[in-house]
This record gives sequence, C-alpha cells and structure tokens, in this order.
Amino acid sequence: MTTSAKSVRGLGSAGAGTQHHIRQRVTAVALVFLVPWFLYSIIVACKAGYEGALIWVAQPVNAILLILTLSAALYHMRLGIQVVIEDYIAKSGTRQALLILNTFAVIALAAATILSVLKIWFTAGA
Amino acid sequence: MVGQGRADSRPLSPHLQIWKWHWTMAGSIFHRVSGVGLYGGAFLIGAWLIALATGPEAYAFVEMIAFSLPGQLLLFLWSMAVLYHFANGLRHLIWDGPMVGFNPGVASLCSMFNFAFAIIGAAVIWSLASFY
Repeated sequence: MTTSAKSVRGLGSAGAGTQHHIRQRVTAVALVFLVPWFLYSIIVACKAGYEGALIWVAQPVNAILLILTLSAALYHMRLGIQVVIEDYIAKSGTRQALLILNTFAVIALAAATILSVLKIWFTAGA
Repeated sequence: MVGQGRADSRPLSPHLQIWKWHWTMAGSIFHRVSGVGLYGGAFLIGAWLIALATGPEAYAFVEMIAFSLPGQLLLFLWSMAVLYHFANGLRHLIWDGPMVGFNPGVASLCSMFNFAFAIIGAAVIWSLASFY
C-alpha cells in the first residue's frame, strides 16, 4: 500500500534495498576496470620476490590503484555476504551477530591492508 | 493452527533435488558460491599484503604457504573464482543496464561461456605466468 511513496523515496516495498542494489552495482562497475589490472599486477609482484614486490607496491600508481581495488572489492563483498547471511540465517540473534561480524571483519581487513600499502609507499626510499 | 495434518500433504515448492539442473541455474548458484569463496580469498590476499608490509620473515612465511602444493591449488581455485565472478558479474550488469540477454537460449549460452571462460582463462593465466 505504501509502495508508491516508498518508491518515490527510493526505498522500495521492503523499506530498503535499492541503495544496497545500486552500491553493489557501482562497486561492480569499478571492479570491471580494477580487477584485470589487479590480476596482472599480483602475478608480477608475486614473481618478483620480497624486494620486487616492495618496489612494485611503492610505485604511486600501483599504490593508488591497490587502495582503490581494495576499497571497491571489500565494500562489494561486504554487501554480497550481507545478502547471503540475510538469505540463509533465519535466527534473529545469530543473523544480527553475523551481520555485525561481517562489517567488523571487512573494516578490519580494509584498515590493515590499506595501512600496509601506505606504509610500504611512504617508507620506500626512506 | 488450522489442520496440522493437512500442512504435510500440501504441495511444496520444488526443492533442488526435484529441479532439473540447467545452465542458468548452475550459473546463478556458482556466482554466489564463488562470491563466498572470494570473501575468504580476500583475507588470504590481504595476509600477503600485510606480510609484505611487516617484513622479510613474515613475507617468507606467506610465500612458503603460497608456493606449496595446497597453496598453489587454492590460488588456482581463487583465480578461477575471480574469473567466473567477473564474467558472470558482467552479465549481471548487462542484465541490469542495457537489459539484454534474458532470452533462455542466450542466457544458457552465456552461462556456458562464463564457466568456460573461468576454467580456460585460469589455465591460460597460470601457464602464461609460469613461462614469463
């Protein structure tokens, strides 16, 4: 009954979801460009050994693209797993706990990896 | 409360065992499976990056695991999941954006292509990577 008003507000009949849907797509569009670069780069970096990988990450273009890839991919996967949890975990408490855990785990990973890239970038040549 | 016994005899929606498997169904299921796999994979790739920032000992440890047989197998599966999720994700964007490819024949063919792309693509990338 409230569908039309909700549609105008961009929320849909469930009261939420449109925003989630759009964000999932926008991060996907970003990843269409970032993932091919990342696949190529990680192979090159892995084959270069410790020193080579450091030099590779320390290049500004690579560091920036790495941070962009990490941000888009981690946001995309947080949204994706959120839907998986909502679909399969019916028990309210467990579901809420897992949804919070999902957010915490992804933010922790984002912080640790992005800080790692910045550390390598800033300490290179120092 | 109405008729506890009747509930059992009511027809149920088709379960997975009853469904005839078809390409688009497998494609959709594997999109989710590969997505969940990539979630785990992101933590492993993250560990590589964190180890690189930590120092040579930590990096050597991660390298040892990555270049071991189980590590290589896991990385191969990871690359296959990336390629599959990438190709099928593109298809989702084509469905959502230009809204083409809904025709059952085209959709099935597209699913087959995505599976082939993941398997052949991963094999090509790994053989190129080992020569180069």
